[in-house]
Amino acid sequence: MSGSQLAGDERTPLLEVRNVSKYFGSVVALSDVSLQVYAGEVTCVLGDNGAGKSTLIKVLSGVFPPDAGELLVEGRPTHFSGPRAAQSHGIATVFQDLATIPLMSVWRNFFLGREPSTGIGPVRWLKLPYAREVMRVQLHEMGIDIIDPDQAVGTLSGGERQALAIARAVYFGASVLILDEPTSALGVRQSGIVLKYVVQARDLERGVILITHNPHHAYPVGDRFVLLKRGRVMGSFTKNEVGIEDLTQMMAGGEELAQLSHELQRMGAEQPALREVAETLAQEAGTGP
Amino acid sequence: MTVTAPAGGAARPARGVNERVVGTRAVTRLFRRPEIGAALGALAVFLLFAFDPTSRSLWLSQAGLAGWLSQAWQFGIMAVPVGLLMIAGEFDLSTGVMTGATAIFMALLANGLHWNIWACILAALVFAILVGLVNGLLVIKTKLHSFIVTLATYFILRGVSVGLVEALNANSTVVNVLGHPGGVASARAVFGGTLGSNPPYPVAVVWWVGVTILGTWVLTRTTFGNWIFAAGGDANAARNLGVPVDRTKILLFVGTAICAWLVGTIEFTQGLSAVSEQGVGYELYYIVAAVVGGCLLTGGYGSAIGAAIGAAIIGMALQGVIYAGWPSQWGFAFLGGLLLLGVLVNVLVYRRAQRARR
Repeated sequence: MSGSQLAGDERTPLLEVRNVSKYFGSVVALSDVSLQVYAGEVTCVLGDNGAGKSTLIKVLSGVFPPDAGELLVEGRPTHFSGPRAAQSHGIATVFQDLATIPLMSVWRNFFLGREPSTGIGPVRWLKLPYAREVMRVQLHEMGIDIIDPDQAVGTLSGGERQALAIARAVYFGASVLILDEPTSALGVRQSGIVLKYVVQARDLERGVILITHNPHHAYPVGDRFVLLKRGRVMGSFTKNEVGIEDLTQMMAGGEELAQLSHELQRMGAEQPALREVAETLAQEAGTGP
Repeated sequence: MTVTAPAGGAARPARGVNERVVGTRAVTRLFRRPEIGAALGALAVFLLFAFDPTSRSLWLSQAGLAGWLSQAWQFGIMAVPVGLLMIAGEFDLSTGVMTGATAIFMALLANGLHWNIWACILAALVFAILVGLVNGLLVIKTKLHSFIVTLATYFILRGVSVGLVEALNANSTVVNVLGHPGGVASARAVFGGTLGSNPPYPVAVVWWVGVTILGTWVLTRTTFGNWIFAAGGDANAARNLGVPVDRTKILLFVGTAICAWLVGTIEFTQGLSAVSEQGVGYELYYIVAAVVGGCLLTGGYGSAIGAAIGAAIIGMALQGVIYAGWPSQWGFAFLGGLLLLGVLVNVLVYRRAQRARR
């Protein structure tokens, strides 16, 4: 079940996690988790709530160190002392709600933490026209047209905000992008926009780690899939090893889905809408009528 | 549904373009600025006393201008750093008492040890930087709200400055510098002097303008300014992007204390005397000025110019009430009304700035 044939890959992963574990007191948040991400590929980490996705992201982005196992950046074992260390190794994390600051203007957000400045001696100031122009060009390449760089990020749509964060990471030379549930708070159309940017980042030869609970978002863009459940890797596949139906089924646990489908069907004897949901669930569980 | 969707989709781009053009018009931009509320308020207060028959002639004269500027500078020098600190999401309630504590510190050194005035000024600067560092480090390390931490330092400074001064100064809280310490003339020319003679304007007004320009430049034109906005807007997001939020806040506490030292130095060199509890209660004026000036109490938004204009409003209101012959207590009620009105206008401006484009 675990993708042992991946070991035969000749290339060196941009980022690799080997047998990583993380404990919080007696709680096992992660146990023996391994994954790789290669340049120009999207590795999807799939898991339900509480599967350990957030912990994994925090280990990957240097927020806290793993208790066991190791991180390898381009094949070299590396220890991150903090988020900044991870960033300097080219690993950029776009956190779900923490990617942008709504009250600040678009260009200020774009350059936050890496402001372009010039100056004389210790007196330094921002390169404002340059910053505005770079931001406009970069976002335009991502397919977003910002008319006014001074508009607050809070006025952008959710998808545009995620795109801004992705464009920012790509521009600052991140070789690995970690996206934490970028589509979870978005509608269908906005999710589509974000997935488009994921593909664009991939096509720019970045490695992308896409963390999501939605196999329908992961499968179309992903090259590798790692399923997490209760802090353990349930399965690790390349795209040609697995179909979307298998992924969905494994994610929810086929039996649980079938059970849920039965219950809903009973409740929905007189409600066609509920029955419809039940049938969909049954199909995804692989026990469809 | 399926029939109308394409039509709606086709119509949308055209409407979107129009909206965007309207959205960036100069007037719209102007009314999106955080200091617009304060600017309108300042204009209203100015016009009020310009039209009041009692205050009119004095108000519109140079003496009238010098009069309210002499009130406003002390609020202005402090409102700017207090505003920046507020934008970064923190409060400092020890600011008012710090202006008095630094002044009395200098007076004690000049009177007791007969130091050169410049040496006293530098020693007080070191003291102010230390207090700012303590405030900042306590807020960062304890993770307590800065309101509480600086309330504590406020009480400590207030108590110590009275107790210590009474102990050292024969039970009097007034320290007059006797004798002739060196450097008085030059220090007074730089800090406590006046410009012009008819009427004289305090040099402090120049310091106020300087602090405002520096504050505005730092906030809007430097990396540090970007970090100030980020620290108050969303400290966690800022940290994730590698912004040194803690260092930014500590430096702002130090900057605020340095400005309090500046006010203390100006007041001390004006009369070569200091009183314990001088400046106590003024911290609220600074906060009022910053809030009226468009600084968001919860952080992340605001303007240094706005805070300076807020200080001008307070100066005008306090002095205008006197010129107009109103009982001086009405000045406070007037200020309270202004605060409410200013904040309401700011909420409108803020909502306009944040209004979703869709």
